[in-house]
Amino acid sequence: MRAFRGLLMIPVLAFAATGCSSIEPWVKPYDRENLADPIMVFTRAPISQDFLDHVFESREGSRGATGGGGGGCGCN
Amino acid sequence: MASNLNTRLAACVITCLALSGGARAGVLPEDRADLLYFRYDGGGVVIDGPSMLVRKSIGEHVSVSANYYIDMVSSASVDVETSASPYEDERTQSSLSVDFLHGKSTYSIGYVNSDESDYKAKTMFASVSHDMFGDLTTVSFSFKNGKNDVFRNVKTDGVVGNDPAFQQEMESKGYSVSLSQIVTKNLVLSGQYEVITDEGWLNSPYRSVRFFIGTDQQGQQPEVYPNTRSSNAASIRAKYFLPYRAAIDAMYRFYTDTWGVVGHTAELGYVHPLDTAWVGGNWIFEGRVRYYTQSAADFYMDIFPRADYSNFMARDKELATYNAITAGLGATYEFKVERFPWLSKGQVNFRFDHMMITYDDFRDARYSLGSFGTLPDEPLPPGTEPLYELDANIYQLFFSAFF
Amino acid sequence: MSVRTVKAKGIGKIVKGLALAAAFVLPAFATSSSGPAPSFKLSGRGGKAIDLSQFKGQVVMINFWATWCGPCRQEMPLLEDIYKKYKPMGFTMLAVNVEPDSKAAEAWLGKLAKPVSFPVAFDVDSKVSKAYNVAGMPSTVFVDRKGNFRVMHKGYKPGDENFYLTQIRSMLKE
Repeated sequence: MRAFRGLLMIPVLAFAATGCSSIEPWVKPYDRENLADPIMVFTRAPISQDFLDHVFESREGSRGATGGGGGGCGCN
Repeated sequence: MASNLNTRLAACVITCLALSGGARAGVLPEDRADLLYFRYDGGGVVIDGPSMLVRKSIGEHVSVSANYYIDMVSSASVDVETSASPYEDERTQSSLSVDFLHGKSTYSIGYVNSDESDYKAKTMFASVSHDMFGDLTTVSFSFKNGKNDVFRNVKTDGVVGNDPAFQQEMESKGYSVSLSQIVTKNLVLSGQYEVITDEGWLNSPYRSVRFFIGTDQQGQQPEVYPNTRSSNAASIRAKYFLPYRAAIDAMYRFYTDTWGVVGHTAELGYVHPLDTAWVGGNWIFEGRVRYYTQSAADFYMDIFPRADYSNFMARDKELATYNAITAGLGATYEFKVERFPWLSKGQVNFRFDHMMITYDDFRDARYSLGSFGTLPDEPLPPGTEPLYELDANIYQLFFSAFF
Repeated sequence: MSVRTVKAKGIGKIVKGLALAAAFVLPAFATSSSGPAPSFKLSGRGGKAIDLSQFKGQVVMINFWATWCGPCRQEMPLLEDIYKKYKPMGFTMLAVNVEPDSKAAEAWLGKLAKPVSFPVAFDVDSKVSKAYNVAGMPSTVFVDRKGNFRVMHKGYKPGDENFYLTQIRSMLKE
């Protein structure tokens, strides 16, 4: 739990950094064409990935850290 | 029945992630309905069944997702062959989740219920996801809590039912933090760290370990596991857009737990769309290779030197030392239906995966113990059986509708 | 660890907590400004040149859009309705496409079920998007009759057209 609490600080610090530093988002919303392409999503079919992750996890001793994030298209 | 404990836990965990719609915090996930038929065939086990997923947004801020899934298991695995009789069972899992979008944040809560004749699992999960830094960065936190009841099936007068003298419980808690970062116009990176802690009855009521009696005989006794297990997993993945319109991705995960299991996972994938006229519509092809290597739990042994060798003893091949390679190919055909303008697109998907596992310290005990109580003609001395290998074919056929 | 250090850590945690909480506050969707709108000259449909200064005297609604952006596509027919209704009163819509491949965008416009009749310009090297600090897709900028930059609206959700109409009507009265 202590390790987890420590890790909780990383995104907080990341946010604090964005607030006080002068780094500008370097990929502009109008440059997000490729990232917005449907093939660029980490999981195209959750129902299928769900099932495969289930198959692996029931045969392996490992578990966790299989979810992914996304890029977003900068829309709205 | 004896389907692994991991199966049950895994199913709930994974579904939670799928249902929570990933980490696209500032936008609700798209509406869709999927119907999947799957079949796993390998190592004497056949599991098939349907899975149905529906996701619908309500207004501008809420998205609801529901999944119904059935595993029909027909098992004559190597463990079952050496200690029991073949069995059939059915596991039903239903889950529901709700996402709330508020500005750049998404809040999700959900519930998963899994039922089979000898295992009942209930899991709740909650997560928060936030887009920041010009939508280049997404941070997510999630928590899950599962409470499971373990039963044991016995056959009385030819009828299979729960043993009234056996009922155990276990509880699982998981915490995860993940960060997704857009690095360039063509590259996304994502990292995740997850801690899971299990407490309670963590083994199988059916599985045994074996031990030497003298130098060439063997005996069996029930497995004994610790009643806690705490694990850490950290993964990183990347996805890159290729200029001719295709995408490659890579993933690595490191796993370690208090049972001494260490696992490395590496995966490489390639997605190639083809939407030129000569192909007759929109196709998306996908290829994937996954490599997994694991070193055994501290209290795992294929055959122990003697009975009651140590406080904890396991012979579950899931906890053994082994390497696994899985290669997969998938094809998706996308189409629009003029008659249904509410259907923005439909897809037919097919996917085939082939999994090959070679164990370093799990032997094929059928060579000494026989199969379903029938000894082989020339039983091998215990400990000299060949190392076990498992090949499995996994088929998926599913339809997706987007609206 | 001294008491002072513990207190400092505690305060630090509170500050960080507040900073994190601030991240969850609704972001502003519209920003106001004044001063002349950055001028530009771009290629339009059919290769015709479009210069922002040619619209001086009219209220101009500049809409930055892309074919890959869902809300932009959703908004397009509404923009056509607004253009048709207010054009006689001294209003013009000007859609600026931000994609590097203008041919693909032109082709997409040609296939629309409800074609658009307002001017469309192609900002292939994103110079205009940068000049206007486009921070979300789509982005809509209102320029008054004198050529001044008045309001920028980020994003599109059904219902935003009411905001557009309010801006247009008030600027037309000036």
